[in-house]
Amino acid sequence: MSDHAADDTVPEVDESRRKFLIAATAGTGAVGAVLTAVPFVASWKPSESARAAGLPTEVDLSLMEPGQMTTHFWRKQQIYVVKRTPEMLASLTSHDAELKDPTSLKSDQPEYAKNAARAIKPEILVLIGTCTHLGCLPKTRFTPGDATVMANWPGGFFCPCHGSKFDLAGRVFEGSPASVNLKVPPYSFEGDNKLVIGVDATAAKGVA
Amino acid sequence: MSATMDKGGGFRAWLNKRLPVDQFVADQLTGYYAPKNFNIWYFFGSLALLVFVMQIVTGIFVTMHFKAGEASAFNSVEYLRREVPYGWLLQYMHAVGASFFFIVVYLHMARAFLYGSYKGPRELLWVIGMLIYLALMAEAFMGYVLPYGNMSYWGAQVIINLFGTIPGIGPDLVEWIRGDYGIGDATLTRFFSLHVVALPFVIALLIALHLVALRQTGSNNPDGIEIKENLGADGKPKDGIPFHPYYTLKDIVGVGLFLTAFAIVVFFVPTFGGLFMEGPNFEPANPSSTPEHIAPVWYFTPYYAILRAVPDQKMGALLMALSVVAFLFLPWLDRAKNKSIRYRGLASKILLGTFFVTFLMLMWLGLKPADGIYVLLARIFTVLYFAFYILLPFVSKADGNGPVPERVTYHAH
Repeated sequence: MSDHAADDTVPEVDESRRKFLIAATAGTGAVGAVLTAVPFVASWKPSESARAAGLPTEVDLSLMEPGQMTTHFWRKQQIYVVKRTPEMLASLTSHDAELKDPTSLKSDQPEYAKNAARAIKPEILVLIGTCTHLGCLPKTRFTPGDATVMANWPGGFFCPCHGSKFDLAGRVFEGSPASVNLKVPPYSFEGDNKLVIGVDATAAKGVA
Repeated sequence: MSATMDKGGGFRAWLNKRLPVDQFVADQLTGYYAPKNFNIWYFFGSLALLVFVMQIVTGIFVTMHFKAGEASAFNSVEYLRREVPYGWLLQYMHAVGASFFFIVVYLHMARAFLYGSYKGPRELLWVIGMLIYLALMAEAFMGYVLPYGNMSYWGAQVIINLFGTIPGIGPDLVEWIRGDYGIGDATLTRFFSLHVVALPFVIALLIALHLVALRQTGSNNPDGIEIKENLGADGKPKDGIPFHPYYTLKDIVGVGLFLTAFAIVVFFVPTFGGLFMEGPNFEPANPSSTPEHIAPVWYFTPYYAILRAVPDQKMGALLMALSVVAFLFLPWLDRAKNKSIRYRGLASKILLGTFFVTFLMLMWLGLKPADGIYVLLARIFTVLYFAFYILLPFVSKADGNGPVPERVTYHAH
């Protein structure tokens, strides 16, 4: 026992060394914890098969009557395709003053759809049929003058959930809870009558 | 400590040497002194714990038949209701239990508003309680999505898209939450995991913390005065009585009344006229058909009314978030000396009364379509809702400082 008497004296603690070691251990542990979290967080992103199911959708436009709307699915979203008549296109010019974003400055659409008709070809309107308010499906109210929607209704879309109103270019009216216009998905044409939803016009070959 | 440890012989002594059972009972029940002047408002804490246990038990059994997934979820719930022996009872108990959980929690919160139970030294007790409330909202929302009826689908669509209004990260965040470009299998299976595993754990842990914090400060009471400041010769509060047997027995009466009401709803009006389970949710989810009128379940409608009342989408989402988070700041917004509404002036009583009415009005308005007079009313009550939090610091400081009695007011029955 007495041999070890000297060991009982407590050596002086090097406080700065201890602090450094504590900080280094805690820091390394924290970095490790954050890096370990990455795969867990990333596992919530769309899987490979979900991404594969998001391939482009093709629409044959020759089957559509003027003034008709068809709906399609692309990436689990409803896509509205409207073959607009000249009267429908003419209706777009009458109500710019009543719109929140008439020139689509704040809204989300590809560059090639950032024009008055919000389309590559004015007669073909392609929209994501998801209300920009909270994601309901806007319903078609194409009849001009439908007073159940609003006075001087030019024709367009009406969301039944919270009452947002959009014209025939998907532009939102003042007084709607939605603040921006309906989104335009990336799309392009192959030939005269084939619409491809999900492929950008700039990326596709030989398209205006 | 040794006095209780030595009690009893044989097995009891053997047990207590290894697991402090008697000690725990002495510390937490027979030796825990609660104010003697509790009234009917003090039923709801123990009832909340009861509903939590009921939800866990019915949940375990409902899970045995549920199949998460776009194609299977709705059918598995219908199968449970129609073909499993007493499956209808398990499903209704679980679904009705969610609404009763919120009834109890809202009454429990109202009690805190009335008697200033959130005020110091119980600020953390209140904050932990509010975290339970937030976790419960997430739990209830996901539970509502899982049966995958049409209201499940569209409710989820609306709520998940709320995250899309966050500047910058919004759209990516929404995709990350859903795990797909729309609500689908990935969304349902992760909600199932969170609803059944993660959130119940979180809620149980928070309940434990809530009880530990309560044991530390002791219960408030309708007079809002601290019984610990008035100790008898034995060192126990003069106005305190042991939790067991006095309040355990009282709570059993509350449990009896509660279970009677619960059974009446489960057996006779399980959907409660579309309030507890909405009509469109008895149809399968249909991404190409929005129900004519989307409304969340009643316990979310006050916030939903605020969301819809604001004409601007981002502002609406922000105010909605703020209206929920505001509860957390209550202990620091209330600057009165006195806790209980009994010892505050008329202005405080009017302010709190208006807030209660406002909350109920918003709850009702959130169930109504967003047009005409309802929008106007929702806007008025949204302003009143926030006016409460803005006015509270001034009103409470001005008229919450009158004299309070030394001892609790109590009339023997």
